[in-house]
Amino acid sequence: MKLILAIIKPFKLDEVREALTGLGIAGMTVTEVKGFGRQKGQTEIYRGAEYATNMVPKVKIELVCDDALAPRVVETLQQSAGTGSIGDGKIFVLDVGQAVRIRTGETDEAAL
Amino acid sequence: MKFANKIAAAAGATALALFAALPAWAQDAAATPAPVVDKGDTAWMMTSTILVLAMILPGLALFYGGLTRTKNMLSTMTQIGALACLAMIIWVVYGYGLAFGPEGNAVIAWGKFFLAGVTPDSLADTFSDGFKLPEYVFISFQMTFAAITLALVLGATVERMKFSAALIFGVIWLTIVYFPIAHMVWAAGGFLFEGGMFGTSLPAALDFAGGTVVHINAGVSALVASLILGKRIGYQKEIMAPHSLTLTMVGTGLLWVGWFGFNAGSALEANGSAALAMINTFVATASAALFWMLAETVAGHKPSALGFCSGIIAGLVAVTPAAGNSGPFGAIVLGAVASVICFYAVTVLKPKLGYDDALDAFGIHGIGGIVGAIGTGIVYAPSLGGPGGDDFAIGPQVATQIIAVLVAIVWATVGTLIATSIAKAVTGLRVSEEVEREGLDLGEHGERAYNI
Repeated sequence: MKLILAIIKPFKLDEVREALTGLGIAGMTVTEVKGFGRQKGQTEIYRGAEYATNMVPKVKIELVCDDALAPRVVETLQQSAGTGSIGDGKIFVLDVGQAVRIRTGETDEAAL
Repeated sequence: MKFANKIAAAAGATALALFAALPAWAQDAAATPAPVVDKGDTAWMMTSTILVLAMILPGLALFYGGLTRTKNMLSTMTQIGALACLAMIIWVVYGYGLAFGPEGNAVIAWGKFFLAGVTPDSLADTFSDGFKLPEYVFISFQMTFAAITLALVLGATVERMKFSAALIFGVIWLTIVYFPIAHMVWAAGGFLFEGGMFGTSLPAALDFAGGTVVHINAGVSALVASLILGKRIGYQKEIMAPHSLTLTMVGTGLLWVGWFGFNAGSALEANGSAALAMINTFVATASAALFWMLAETVAGHKPSALGFCSGIIAGLVAVTPAAGNSGPFGAIVLGAVASVICFYAVTVLKPKLGYDDALDAFGIHGIGGIVGAIGTGIVYAPSLGGPGGDDFAIGPQVATQIIAVLVAIVWATVGTLIATSIAKAVTGLRVSEEVEREGLDLGEHGERAYNI
């Protein structure tokens, strides 16, 4: 199994979710996060006082899928979250050792 | 009976009644006519009084609260609310007596302490001979002015002044600063109300709704208090962005609405002067809001929501002394000029001089008040559409306005120095560094604004 971790632009979330459920992804966890990469942040000005906010709001998606599906998930993510401009985000793929569904005790692929 | 018949019948009955009353009129004309208490005037003044309350709570509380950081939201609102309440109590105990009492000199009045002798039958003057208001209405209306002026000062000192210090400061400041200035500008016998100050032949100062008494007074006091208090920890180094411009916008709207009570109420009657103050309160404000955003654009920034709100307040402040003393087009110009000057004061002057007037109480109320007060001496001229008489001359009036501004600046500076020093001696004035970092909501009041 793979854990796929993606940081994307917030307004792309609905599009990404639709594309991934189309692939058969049954669930994901979404968190509002802040951070920075090459897109360094914005400047805010309040009554002439400038504030450089160097953290940009993003959305982090975490999902686990079986190994065979992982490359297609990554590809779909990249297509649906992309705008072609700076700050589109990143995708990380990690190995997962075990998965358990708390209600039933099912494990691994059955638990996804 | 058809509606038209009803009217005809009513007219006939009225005509009969008039004939019957004629002999009685002839008798009354010989004696002094009884003062008229117009119910329309009274109703408008009661409405105006409550509108000014809406400027304080929730208006100013939300406006200022939204501009502070999350951790100081409640502290800011609580200081405004509590000090307004304090001002109301002091007003009926001795404030009204010191400002508008029956005895007095050019600087201060006395008498009517604890509202002694005031009953529901007591009357106060309006600007029309023979027309009176119930004195309780006048007392309440003026009470709200004392309350909001004190609350305005706090805009410079938020996020670091102790609650106890604010209370002590409030009592002394009202006593030695607000009441004398209100008396000098607005009460019969007052130094600036009577004109001819310093043995000259200068006219009386024009201050329709409190440009000198409220805004210059509050703004200058705010600057002095913030200088004594010192800068907030991290000022100009850490992010101190407003925590909710949404609430600031709500507060701005409530201030504008309430300001109609402030300005149009200051005619003391529901008449044409109130109507003039009303239209001026619309158009000066509208012009100032647009000109602040224009100034932002010219300075190379984006037209911002906070700029819009700031422009509205600057326009309201500037038109306050001019509300019933200007034509609508004079008010539009006054609003525009004040807005651009306040923009400069807040965005250029303040950072350059480095004082921490946290919410720009001086930058907008002080500066806007000075521009408005001096400008009132110009826009009053009938040649510029103002309501001045044919013999009105701009020069002497502007000289008077400048004297009034200087008196207010000197008086407010000295008085605030005294009031702040006493508050400092008694309470220490400023919260501990730990409380300041953690926020005054928890440190001073034991609660937080948002539990999400």
